[in-house]
Amino acid sequence: MYSVALLQRQLVEYTSSLFQEGFLDGQFNQLQLLQDESNPNFVVEVVTLFFEDAERLLNGMEKELGHDNIDFKRVDALVHQLKGSSSSIGAQRVHRVCIAFRNYCEEKNTEGCFKSLQEIKQEYTLVKSKFETLFKVRGWNKSFLPQGVQLLDGE
Amino acid sequence: MGLQLKMQTQQHPLDLKLHEQNGNKRKYTFIQAHRAWLLKFLLLWILLMAIIGWCIYSKMDADTKVRRKEILGSLCDQRARMLQDQFSVSVNHVHALAILVSTFHYYRNPSAIDQESFAEYTARTAFERPLLSGVAYAQRVVNYERDRFEKQHGWVIKTMEREASQVRDEYAPVIFAQETVSYLESIDMMSGEEDRENILRARATGKAVLTSPFRLLGSHHLGVVLTFPVYKYKLPSNPTTEELIKATAGYIGGPFDVESLVENLLSQLAGHQAILVNVFDITNSTDPLIMYGNQYEEGDVSLVHESKLDFGDPYRKHQMICRYHQKAPTNWIALTTAFLFFVILLLVGYILYGAGKHIVKVEDDFHKMEELKVQAEAAHIAKSQFLATVSHEIRTPMNGILGMLGLLLRTELNSTQRDYAQTAQACGKALIALINEVLDRAKIEAGKLELEAVPFDLRSILDDVLSLFSEKSRHKGLELAVFVSDKVPDVVMGDPGRFRQIVTNLVGNSVKFTERGHIFVKVHLAEKRKSTMNGNIETFLNGGSEEIVHKSGSYNLKTLSGCEAADERNNWDNFKHLIDDEEFFCDASTKKVASNEFYEQVTLMVCVEDTGIGIPFSAQDRIFMPFVQADSSTSRNYGGTGIGLSISKCLVELMGGQISFISRPQVGSTFSFSADFGIFKKNSITTDVKKLNFEDLPSSFRGLKAIVVDGKPVRAAVTRYHLKRLGIQAKVANAVNKAVSLCGKNGSLTTGIFQPDIIFVEKDSWVTGEDGIFGVRQLDWKQNGHIFKMPSLILLTTNISNDEFDKAKSAGFSDTVIMKPLRASMVGACLQQVLGTGKKRQLGKDMPNGSTTVRSLLYGKKILVVDDNRVNRRVAAGALKNFGADAKCADSGKAALEMLQFPHNFDACFMDIQMPEMDGFEATSRIREMERKANEEKKREGNDTKSEFHIPILAMTADVIHATYEACLECGMDGYVSKPFEEENLYQAVAKFFKAKPITSIDS
Repeated sequence: MYSVALLQRQLVEYTSSLFQEGFLDGQFNQLQLLQDESNPNFVVEVVTLFFEDAERLLNGMEKELGHDNIDFKRVDALVHQLKGSSSSIGAQRVHRVCIAFRNYCEEKNTEGCFKSLQEIKQEYTLVKSKFETLFKVRGWNKSFLPQGVQLLDGE
Repeated sequence: MGLQLKMQTQQHPLDLKLHEQNGNKRKYTFIQAHRAWLLKFLLLWILLMAIIGWCIYSKMDADTKVRRKEILGSLCDQRARMLQDQFSVSVNHVHALAILVSTFHYYRNPSAIDQESFAEYTARTAFERPLLSGVAYAQRVVNYERDRFEKQHGWVIKTMEREASQVRDEYAPVIFAQETVSYLESIDMMSGEEDRENILRARATGKAVLTSPFRLLGSHHLGVVLTFPVYKYKLPSNPTTEELIKATAGYIGGPFDVESLVENLLSQLAGHQAILVNVFDITNSTDPLIMYGNQYEEGDVSLVHESKLDFGDPYRKHQMICRYHQKAPTNWIALTTAFLFFVILLLVGYILYGAGKHIVKVEDDFHKMEELKVQAEAAHIAKSQFLATVSHEIRTPMNGILGMLGLLLRTELNSTQRDYAQTAQACGKALIALINEVLDRAKIEAGKLELEAVPFDLRSILDDVLSLFSEKSRHKGLELAVFVSDKVPDVVMGDPGRFRQIVTNLVGNSVKFTERGHIFVKVHLAEKRKSTMNGNIETFLNGGSEEIVHKSGSYNLKTLSGCEAADERNNWDNFKHLIDDEEFFCDASTKKVASNEFYEQVTLMVCVEDTGIGIPFSAQDRIFMPFVQADSSTSRNYGGTGIGLSISKCLVELMGGQISFISRPQVGSTFSFSADFGIFKKNSITTDVKKLNFEDLPSSFRGLKAIVVDGKPVRAAVTRYHLKRLGIQAKVANAVNKAVSLCGKNGSLTTGIFQPDIIFVEKDSWVTGEDGIFGVRQLDWKQNGHIFKMPSLILLTTNISNDEFDKAKSAGFSDTVIMKPLRASMVGACLQQVLGTGKKRQLGKDMPNGSTTVRSLLYGKKILVVDDNRVNRRVAAGALKNFGADAKCADSGKAALEMLQFPHNFDACFMDIQMPEMDGFEATSRIREMERKANEEKKREGNDTKSEFHIPILAMTADVIHATYEACLECGMDGYVSKPFEEENLYQAVAKFFKAKPITSIDS
């Protein structure tokens, strides 16, 4: 009993540290509230989706920025997507860097874009590791994930 | 950092707009465009005017000169002609003399003329020859005749030098002479060079000839000698020169004194002083010989007139030259005229220039001001945007704080920690509330705040507001009470949230600034107020005022707590009329119903009266300005931002009313506002009423009777009002013993006995009339012979100490103590407890909270979520599913279009705006187009036209700038929700269009 309480305590502390350090915002709370009996893996599912999306988008950005003459509009579109996703799951640090990134895109500031891309990557890696730890502590893991996550999109 | 950048991007379109506006408004007038030319125009004008002035002067001057010349010419000619005439008259006469001599001296033999007769004749006819000083006749004597001639006359021919003449071919000795020239006798005229020439010429031409001018012998005047030939016999008609010479017998001649001649002539004529006359002999044109006048006399050399003179000698030529004595005077008239002309036009030019400059300046100013105006407007928009953005940005971390505090409070905390956390949470909530206020203000200023029109129960809202402040007011020992006139309808249409906001704000202020006394909220119909104000008091006084037995007169009875209030109108004297008036109308209840049906709108008057510190007179006129408090010390002592009143003012104005206040420092303030509300027609939408969270007051107390013992009539009226809402009939006594007598009196007078079920005793009255309570008990007990039960005693109090509470219990208030402020629901609950009516109130159990409301709205709805972002889509769908909706997803606008092809069974569509390929706006437009076509088809088929296809489409957007919202509406969307979903926001958006077509089946 004691250990369970301790673990719970640790979980709460960890979660709040995520909030304190600014990794997450109120939206993640909302997300957690949406998870109920009918949808037990909602958070993991969404966060996993986010990871997949983000990786795809980050690759895309890197590729776009690798070109000689950068098409800022396309980069901007990608960043916009990432901004939306991060805001949806409440990953606010990523979200914030995205805002700055978009401004650089608008200014066509190549240097700023590269800097932002690095920042985003860093933030993304951080938030990913944090999420993974969180899910591990909570005992959620990917095995719970329904296999047909993609089906949701196909509708 | 993120915030700044965001602001920048938002600023961008604004700048563009500003620029555009500038471009459009930069239409310069002609003057404005040619401003640089103004000075040049002025100089050009001056130059032009100077030239024109000069021209005018020259023309006028030339005119006078011409006239002068003409005058000179005419004067000169006139003189010449006269001189000529006079001369020729003399010449003619000399001619006549010549003929006389030839006739009488030569044709007659012997001669009829001798020296004597010649002298006499000539002397007598001298007046005919005024110009000749004398005439003489010289005979032609050839040399061979000389001796004979000399012998005949007895003298020798002499020369001019009075010597005997030498031998010559020919002589011309004077034989006859006028007496004036008698010295000439015997002198040979041919001895003088001049005369000789003259004689020869006269003889040859047969006409009068003249010598060139010379000094005459006698007078030393300039003169000429006139010579005529005299012939011996009559000549043929055209004689040759030889014939003439041959026929010549002698010569008649005389000197002309030209100088005195001209002198005489001129002196006879007018204006002789003005002009200078010279007469010349110009026979030798290179050397003119002066005949008259001083050649060297000064005169106006510039203007000369020459007139020809003909003295009858073709060989000699004469000329008269006239000049003005003086030079032409300066032409002042012309000069003045030209100068004045120049000056006037110069002034006109300068005036025009000044006007032009002024216009340019005014236009410059105008443009500058326009620019400033645009800037100010832009700044204003920017400010609103800034406020909106900043508030939004602050809200996000605040939500984090509050969320974390919420989580924190869920953990195990010791009491101190919990207290800290709770305080932090409360503060956070207050901060959020403040931010919302600021947002409200910005919204109102931008004119974007729209009021709802939903039915709501005004009384329960006021009760809620009171309950908010009950803690504070109790703590301060304030009386807090609400009174709503019976004429105010139970349910009105309006914006309950905003109404609550205004009242909360006013009451909050009052609570904040009041340390003793009372705060009294009063609501009545605005029209009613007028009727009582008009002073038709007598009519209503009869209405049943004897029911209320009170001692009037003492001042401290007139307000709620006895403290003086700022607005006299609110004291008991007026308030009484209000109540009486009400009762009067209650009697004629049919009338009231009838009258109410006519009005679509009802204007309510709400007064909030307090006995606080009041507002200093100096600050009263700016109390409604945003962020202004009475003075800076206020905020130090009481806190607050001072934005509340300005928001309240705006809200009241939006509700079609006015807010005003009366305040006396250290006495109190009374804020009153009016607001228009719609009258709710109960029969129209019955289903909706249920949904509204109207407070259901328990009906189990209907028919109960009560006595209110209160020394203060206003407070008693408030108590009565709350009891009335519970259906309890109440009477008022102003003291305990009066209550006793009321029971007795009424009991004896009326058919039934007024047996109170409950007696409410105000704490003040109890303290003053402590003993009376027992009296009540005992009296009732005594009278109770055939009566069923003793009335419950309830103590009403604002605050009570433990001691007092014990005392009260022992004094008989065992039943209960009701803490004020009174609220109908609370009184009801207490009564239930006291009377044991048992029935638990259903309230609160089925009070739906926000989430369930959204749930009830969305439950079972089929909703399409369109978003290209997987995560967003999933979260949105998850949230909607959580609310019980059946969410489907589409990953692009195109997919959404396909899924919404008819027939479909979606109830609503949530649409992301920024999507690749086809964005939300375009997708919506296409969907609407599709629906329009389908509707037309349907119409053509003659189907029921009422149910048109129109799927509600809500935009999902991360930025909540109003412009986006407008764009949403423009392309046919029904509203927007913020992304990620906020429950409240979602509810508002969804309620808007699901309310339009309520579907009863989903009511849970």
